[in-house]
Amino acid sequence: MRSIRKSALLILFSLASTGAWSQEDLLGLLGEEKPKKQFIKAAFKSSRVINAHSIEFLNAGTMDFRILHRFGNIDQGLKNFFGLDQASMRMGFDFGLRPNLMVGIGRSTFKKEVDGFIKYAPIRQSKGPGSAPVTVALVAGMTADGLPWADPNRENYFTSRLAYYFSAIIGRKFSEAFTLQVSPTVVHKNLVQLQTDANDIMGVGVGGRLKLNKRMALTWDYTQVFNGLPDGYQNPLSVGLDIETGGHVFQLHVSNSAGMNERAFITETTGQWGKGEIRAGFNLSRMFQLKKKKS
Amino acid sequence: MKKCFSLLLLLVLVGTVSAQRYFTKNGTISFDATASGSPENITADNRTVTCVIDAATGGIQFKAAMKAFTFERALMQEHFNENYVESDKYPDALFKGTISNLSSINLSQDGSYPANVKGKLTMHGVEKEVETTGKITVAKGKVTATASFAALLSDYKIDVPKLVSDKVSKTAKITVNCGLEPLK
Repeated sequence: MRSIRKSALLILFSLASTGAWSQEDLLGLLGEEKPKKQFIKAAFKSSRVINAHSIEFLNAGTMDFRILHRFGNIDQGLKNFFGLDQASMRMGFDFGLRPNLMVGIGRSTFKKEVDGFIKYAPIRQSKGPGSAPVTVALVAGMTADGLPWADPNRENYFTSRLAYYFSAIIGRKFSEAFTLQVSPTVVHKNLVQLQTDANDIMGVGVGGRLKLNKRMALTWDYTQVFNGLPDGYQNPLSVGLDIETGGHVFQLHVSNSAGMNERAFITETTGQWGKGEIRAGFNLSRMFQLKKKKS
Repeated sequence: MKKCFSLLLLLVLVGTVSAQRYFTKNGTISFDATASGSPENITADNRTVTCVIDAATGGIQFKAAMKAFTFERALMQEHFNENYVESDKYPDALFKGTISNLSSINLSQDGSYPANVKGKLTMHGVEKEVETTGKITVAKGKVTATASFAALLSDYKIDVPKLVSDKVSKTAKITVNCGLEPLK
């Protein structure tokens, strides 16, 4: 009796499964896929907003060759072709080591300065299980002035050429089009011009982008400096347009700053937007794949 | 004895059920959208394609996550997802179709059978009728489905900007290769 019931049950079961034949959604038979954690990418088109580091990282195994130009003040008029006659530049190489780790070096013509940095994101914005709402990236960098000593008669130390910067960037890609980040930053200069000048300069950067279409975005990059800016120095504000074309990203912008590393643009910006002391500039980024991806 | 019989019955029943459908979760779909004369290859592979074939009805369905397409160049992959197929908005490519010449395919016998497949391919939010002749190979009980066809990118509203038209072709040659197992 029991076995009859059992077999009846079994037949019923088999019938039930045969009933599924007529089902349209064959893929549904495999069951629901487990949701996976996905990191949010392309919050910015480049690893820099304009001057400041962005929450975006290079892909692992790629190199970004960056050529930056900052021209003279636009208000010089036709005489200096709106500043384009004067150019200061920085050439740099950035390397993506891990999806959340990159390093870079560069050299600027201004002060013949070499700079290097390491950028790491302990938290990356993601969706799915175990996701994080923001990316937190930490940057540590160093700059080394290459000019001859201002006063060769006194005892000069190599360390006097150095400055350091540390930045924590907290940012979020709010939507496909809009990204915003805030970056408390401190710049430490080993040697300053005047005894009264501060060695540690603290500020908070606010950077963002608004995508205009698939390949163009409006960007802005501002740093509010809280202490240590000598008289006559300004907070840097840049407004730009990112244009992406295959392997290149062009970041065209206008800014009151000529600096191309943290020490320079945070602590040595002299232009005043209100007086029209702004200059044109661009960052050109060309991406190279150094390591073939495993497929 | 009765118990044995019902068990046998179950085995037979389950056996026939499982023989009716085949599936994989790691099939391969590759595409090549390299324009002729391009210095770079615009190719990508997806090795986590889901496919189910119902041998009783001829139903055949594929699903490929767009983000699972891997390129040689990471930047290309990023642009593919962000600018071309907009993976966040349209995460999957789906194909739902039927094998029309089912009667000439015998999955329980080794051999290579041409399979006329017709159905709807949904990609980048656009559904489009697709027809191609693929091949179903049965070897030692293993069923493999292969096919290749061309998709006109503009049919799926995937824009190729002029600037890269010397690299990215207007059509993508799509190749499908799925080794299938009986679905239990």
